[in-house]
Amino acid sequence: MLLRVDNLAIEFATHSGPVSAVRDLSFTIDHGESVGIVGESGSGKSQSVLALMGLLADNARVAGSARLAGPGNAAPVELIGARARVLRRVRGARIAMIFQDPMTALNPHLRIATQMTELVRTHLGVSKREATERAVAMLEAVRIPQAARRMRAYPHQFSGGMRQRVMIAMALACEPELLIADEPTTALDVTVQDEILETIAELRAATNTALLLITHDLGVVAGQCARTIVMQHGQVVEQGATERIFEQPAATYTQDLLAAIPRL
Amino acid sequence: MSRATTKSVLASRKQQAMDRAAGNSLGRDAWRRLSANRAAMTSLGVLVFITLAVIIGPWLTSYDYFSQDYDAIWQAPSLATGHWFGTDQVGRDLFARTLTGGRISLMVGIVTTLVSLVIGVTYGAVAGFVGGKTDSLMMRAVDILYSLPFMFFVILLVVFFGRNLFLLFAAIGAVSWLDMARIVRGQTLAIKSQPYIEAARMAGAGTVRIISRHVVPNLAGIVVVYVTLTIPQVILFESFLSYLGLGVQPPATSWGALINDGTGEMSVAPWLVLIPSIFLAVTLFCFNFIGDGLRDALDPKDR
Repeated sequence: MLLRVDNLAIEFATHSGPVSAVRDLSFTIDHGESVGIVGESGSGKSQSVLALMGLLADNARVAGSARLAGPGNAAPVELIGARARVLRRVRGARIAMIFQDPMTALNPHLRIATQMTELVRTHLGVSKREATERAVAMLEAVRIPQAARRMRAYPHQFSGGMRQRVMIAMALACEPELLIADEPTTALDVTVQDEILETIAELRAATNTALLLITHDLGVVAGQCARTIVMQHGQVVEQGATERIFEQPAATYTQDLLAAIPRL
Repeated sequence: MSRATTKSVLASRKQQAMDRAAGNSLGRDAWRRLSANRAAMTSLGVLVFITLAVIIGPWLTSYDYFSQDYDAIWQAPSLATGHWFGTDQVGRDLFARTLTGGRISLMVGIVTTLVSLVIGVTYGAVAGFVGGKTDSLMMRAVDILYSLPFMFFVILLVVFFGRNLFLLFAAIGAVSWLDMARIVRGQTLAIKSQPYIEAARMAGAGTVRIISRHVVPNLAGIVVVYVTLTIPQVILFESFLSYLGLGVQPPATSWGALINDGTGEMSVAPWLVLIPSIFLAVTLFCFNFIGDGLRDALDPKDR
């Protein structure tokens, strides 16, 4: 068991009283497993993930527990309410994340080389040269042509698809055990979407990284995830093997979602 | 042109193109873009010339800036007498006075701006980035300092510590960082909500690293422009203080003080106000052009 989330609940204190975003969310992810969270916007998918990383807005209150298996045989780490220092050692190193919009998730003023090597050096504590070698290797792994030269480019010199590849390379550079992808293909062209998903799948297979894929697109889940969690209004509607959910959806909401997939 | 030369020219062009694509650092990149900006480069050249003139110039003339000569008052600029910029109402050489005054003006402008830059950027970036109560507390402190009557503050300083140049730096620096802090804080608030900041957090970066690596470089454009606006402002401010007798003390002088003195003699000796004014105006123009060029050069997206 890599990650075990129990009864996760998120509430936001607003001027008009507390607003509940997520209620009673429980799921597990094994080493190397792939799990999809599907739901419409506002269903609490992204907030749940931010809660795991301790990055919710200041007015959020989180209850429940999320335990990340310790490295090796060490005791599991509780992520909810953990100290900043503990969380910093988890973020990027053990749990990495890919964002929806690759156009804005890279710092426009820093070269790719700087952004990648700093990340690697922070978590792996290697020399600058080793970090650079690792970064180039990662860019090659996500099939960026002329990786060594492209390291010196700025983010705006890449296309959207290329940037998402760079994001994937960065996310996987420190060999995390869990990769969280929050709508990784939503902002991209349909043709590029498949390539990106393929790249993720390939690298994951090679490194046995677990995947938590957040999307509103059931098609993406079908291709990538062994298990699926369907969320609506902050609650789990249904969870189970992806195949089972597609063939015999138990909840009416899941049936509606499946019916809503456009057929060509 | 022979074939071999053509080939080598092509090769060197290719090398240049590759260098351009590869570059080396943000600094070198910015420099390459800045050097393509003709107005900025001309200004930089003029500014270097003025700086050198101010440093070396006073040694080139046989006159010093404080000796009075009542046989040679209100002399017009002339090569024959050796008073290249003429003399003032007590016969002091304006060439020596303009260039030694320039030392003080430039020094006040640059040193105090650097002080305000370091304090203002650090303070503003921390306040804006940390946010919440820290931000409120830090910015209210700025508001309070801002509301202090500045002249009163300077007079108090002078009364307590006596008149000296260092005090002038301290007094002007103490007010000019307030504006910088406010501007930087506002900009930081905008940068803070950028996805790449969240991405950096998500990748395990701490607050100090995020501020120094992600916030400050993105502030560079606006800060540089503001610096080039602050330098002229500070130079003018110094001349205002000198005019009130709180700044540079005679016989020492600065451009602002010279212009103020010169306005009184304008009808008899117009060069007394014209020459220092030209130096001041040209310097201010140069800083503005350089600031404009730097803003463009520091934005990697803008080519």
